[in-house]
Amino acid sequence: MSETMILIGGRSSAQGTSVCAGKFGTEYVNVSSTLEMNVEDMARLGLKDNDPVRVRSATGEIVARCKGRAAKDLPSGVLFIAYGPLSSVLMDGDTAGSGMPLSKSIDVQIEPVR
Amino acid sequence: MANTHVIRDATCTFCGCVCDDMHLTVDDDTHKIVKAENACVLGRAWFKEHGIEQRPFALIEGREASTEQAIDAAARILADARFPIIYGLSDTTCEAQRQAVAIADIIGGSVDTTTSVCHGPSGIAFQDVGEATATLGEIRNRADLLIFWGGNPAESHPRLFTRYTVTAKGMYVPNGRKDRTVVLVDVRRTPSAAVADIFLQVKPRRDFEVLWALRALVKGRPVDPTIEQVTGVPLATLEDLAKRMKSCRFGVLLFGMGLTMTRGRHFNSGALLALASDLNEYTHFVAKPVRGHGNVTGADNVVSWQTGFPFGVNLSRGYPRFNPGEFTTVDVLSRGEADAALIIAADPASNFPQPAIEHLRRIPVIVLDPKSTHTSQLAKVAITTASYGISVGGTVYRMDDVPLTLRPALPSPYPSDESVLTGIKDRVRELIGGNRMPAMDRIGAAA
Amino acid sequence: MLRIVNGRVYDPANGIDGEVRDVCIADGKIVADVPGQARRIDARGMVVMPGGVDIHCHIAGPKVNLARKLQPEDHRYDVLPRTAVTRSGVGGTVPSTFTTGYRYALMGYTTAMEAAVPPINARHVLEELHDTPIIDKGFYALMGNNVLLFKMLEQGRHEEFRNTVAWLLASSKAYTAKLVNPGGDEAWKGRRNANVTRLDEKIEPFELTPRQVISALIQTVDELGLPHPAHIHCNNLGHSGNFETTLETMRIAEGHRAHITHIQFHSYGHAAGKSSDHATSKAREIAEYVNTHPNISADVGQVMFGKATAMTADAPLGYMLARFAKGKWVSADTEHESGCGIVPFAYQDRVYTHALQWAIGLELFLMSKDPWRMVLSTDHPNGGSFLSYPKLIRLLMDREFRKQEMAKVNQKALRQTALADGLDREYTLSEIAIVTRAGPARLLGLTNKGHLGIGADADISIYQEQEDKEQMFNAPRYVTKDGELIIEDHEFRSTYEGRVLHVAPDYDPGVVEAIRPFFEENYSIRFDNYPVNDSYLGKHELVPTKPQRTGAAK
Repeated sequence: MSETMILIGGRSSAQGTSVCAGKFGTEYVNVSSTLEMNVEDMARLGLKDNDPVRVRSATGEIVARCKGRAAKDLPSGVLFIAYGPLSSVLMDGDTAGSGMPLSKSIDVQIEPVR
Repeated sequence: MANTHVIRDATCTFCGCVCDDMHLTVDDDTHKIVKAENACVLGRAWFKEHGIEQRPFALIEGREASTEQAIDAAARILADARFPIIYGLSDTTCEAQRQAVAIADIIGGSVDTTTSVCHGPSGIAFQDVGEATATLGEIRNRADLLIFWGGNPAESHPRLFTRYTVTAKGMYVPNGRKDRTVVLVDVRRTPSAAVADIFLQVKPRRDFEVLWALRALVKGRPVDPTIEQVTGVPLATLEDLAKRMKSCRFGVLLFGMGLTMTRGRHFNSGALLALASDLNEYTHFVAKPVRGHGNVTGADNVVSWQTGFPFGVNLSRGYPRFNPGEFTTVDVLSRGEADAALIIAADPASNFPQPAIEHLRRIPVIVLDPKSTHTSQLAKVAITTASYGISVGGTVYRMDDVPLTLRPALPSPYPSDESVLTGIKDRVRELIGGNRMPAMDRIGAAA
Repeated sequence: MLRIVNGRVYDPANGIDGEVRDVCIADGKIVADVPGQARRIDARGMVVMPGGVDIHCHIAGPKVNLARKLQPEDHRYDVLPRTAVTRSGVGGTVPSTFTTGYRYALMGYTTAMEAAVPPINARHVLEELHDTPIIDKGFYALMGNNVLLFKMLEQGRHEEFRNTVAWLLASSKAYTAKLVNPGGDEAWKGRRNANVTRLDEKIEPFELTPRQVISALIQTVDELGLPHPAHIHCNNLGHSGNFETTLETMRIAEGHRAHITHIQFHSYGHAAGKSSDHATSKAREIAEYVNTHPNISADVGQVMFGKATAMTADAPLGYMLARFAKGKWVSADTEHESGCGIVPFAYQDRVYTHALQWAIGLELFLMSKDPWRMVLSTDHPNGGSFLSYPKLIRLLMDREFRKQEMAKVNQKALRQTALADGLDREYTLSEIAIVTRAGPARLLGLTNKGHLGIGADADISIYQEQEDKEQMFNAPRYVTKDGELIIEDHEFRSTYEGRVLHVAPDYDPGVVEAIRPFFEENYSIRFDNYPVNDSYLGKHELVPTKPQRTGAAK
């Protein structure tokens, strides 16, 4: 079963420190492929921490591993992923004449990978 | 007993805070920076991980080459191209940025910086609204109300909180945190929320409506209580915030990608800038876009003073033209228009949308970077350059336009971006025979 | 080597008034003679003058760049394509840097001084000036709202004050101390957008008044023997009745040299009624004071109708203008040093206030008895672009043209001024040469500029003599810079890098230990990162102070 949610891409401390070591390093790859999800949403989808999740946007699809966040920190229906090659796959190239592609609040379909 | 020496007052260029109080301990035997006093966790990683690596000076189509050979190959690509683009520039010195714009002027190409995918929308809004702003020292010394909007400085700019705003003691704010009210506005509760007195959780994509409602409340206009359904923020909360904003002594709105990268983009930035400007009818209020990379502000400044426009500049007709959406790099690549690209200190193959990356694979790409990146891996010509701030000196601008001179710590065998770009510039000029003059006489002629 | 022959030479500093004589150039200087085989320029039918010197303009630095970024719509309509030897750029009232240099040269100007820079931003100005080709250039460092200096003054630390002023000038590579609305920026930033309006009011929270700041800086600059005196943008710019503030400020100088900048904006009489429609001119009083006090100099700050950009370190003024103009506005506070305001603006001949300002500027020119001390400026781009100088010259030289223009403006405003009484004077070519070249050069203490005597820098502009003086001064036929023929037959032959003109007054190095603690505690950058190193100077000329010239021991 897949659900529609809103994906926010952003910086994180670990993403910042690991990018210095290099984008091909294990730490950066791990950090930029971790998807933060509201714990109640995870429970409803039958997901545990580190389970693979397929995330699909209008333009692309990735598989990330999920990590739970308390409802007070991450509202239901909202996802967070650190910037990186994975998050970029989901971005549309249309900037609506602004030069800026939407990297935050991207509509995505998510489902557990079985 | 290791041989070490200390460089005092060096500048960290990892983020836009550009902290210039780094005291670096350099191990002369291993050629590494082993200590960075005053650096935050990001700065420490920056200094630690940018040592002198063993890498080829250059790669041409995957084969090792010398810097000179690569400069020649790069110049040929640019001289032959009909729509060459130059992109990146936020992680290099102003001296290098000036050479890049010069190249664009000679070849009649486009020059764009990472601003276009960062605070470009804020630059667009600036052209519409203007901006009331201040240097970071002014904020530290006077601000008694700090509002962070759409950013997570605890993780992206740690010392923004500790050196410049929330906890730092200031001339007229002698008790630091105790003399200030801190507000955080975001769609999720990040670690930054821990420092806030007031946290406003906004529904994703609704920042514009919140900002506009605040503008109305500041001006004494009524706002319908249904604002809560639309934005997730109760009217009473907004009324309280508006009141605090009008009654503070020196208020500051610091904002990030949460406004520029989501629905509304430049309208969001514009609403925030207008709100800050409006508030000056009641008190002293400033806004500041929190800049990401170490010298993106320098890139804005250099491109602006040389061309009149801050980013997304095209010179194909012989003079600067500016049009976001037409000349900005994501668009030019996504529409498959560029036929060559010179990328300096940026990694679009990692950060851009897929259609743009796919086009980068189709055209000849030249990359200047100290490290191996996704972009350097697909480049036809990849030139290894020395890291600015670590090995290369020059000028950088902090997010508030304060210019600083770098104090490099580790000599590097690799050339600076400036010297490589100067070499490319000179070679391109030789190949073209001077500046490229637009072929006005051929307009309308048979092909 | 060059020999310019058959031209009518105007060199008022050396008493030459339209005489046909040779001018010889070798090694970048004017020389007595050159060998026969030297290239000749036949300047028959042309006028030969020293290159123009702009004593006050805003062309480089953080404030200028903000204004440049602010107005893409201006740039779109005014583009400068690249040529084989020149870089492309854009114009409008805030041109890009290459365009700025080229256009000054294209008008026959060879030196321009950026009027207001906070020392913490000095590197930025120097970088932009480096990308401003052809002209020699320098800048004035803002000190009239400097918190460290305020503290020293209020505590009576006069020695340290003087040494700190010297240190600031030397380490920022500036040319002189600039004051802008002294005390006002501190009120703007610290007291919720307040301002100061009286010279004897307290600049909270300091035990200090604007009068004391002005007096201290005028005296200190004089004591340091700088080539150019304290350069002052008086308090109350733009306000009705501000002529009193201006007179008081000039009196503070008490015989010391002082330069009052864009004095037109400071020559207003009280409004007779509530609305500004009744504001009046006090140009006569101001001109008379300057005429009779040889220690005072001024540049006019003429308003020219059309587009302008208000850009000033006077932050409260910027905000006031923004509220009139109701459009975009930029304000940028600089820690411990300054504020700034930027507002796109347009002067319209029908509007009472604008017409009054225009007329007052002309009054000041026409009532001035000493062109050496009332020189030409539009406070570019505040009063209008520097590109309007040729039209201004025509207004001064051509009475008939002036009358035509007077007929177009708001007549009620015009009647407030002496122009309506028939101020008939016409400037001569010699007087124009003084107010645009010889005068500013002398006021700046640039002994090798503004004249064509032996040893002068070979900065020369040669204009086709024409009836229409605007056309004439718009496009010199030839321009040399340091003896290089930069413009020939109105076109660029080559580009050139001019020199940064700066001073380095001597100071007691011990003062650094008095400055450092203030820095470490209150600035957001490290003290050792503040002074600008010499690499930013590029080609430069250190202009000696009086003690340095005369070898007085320090």
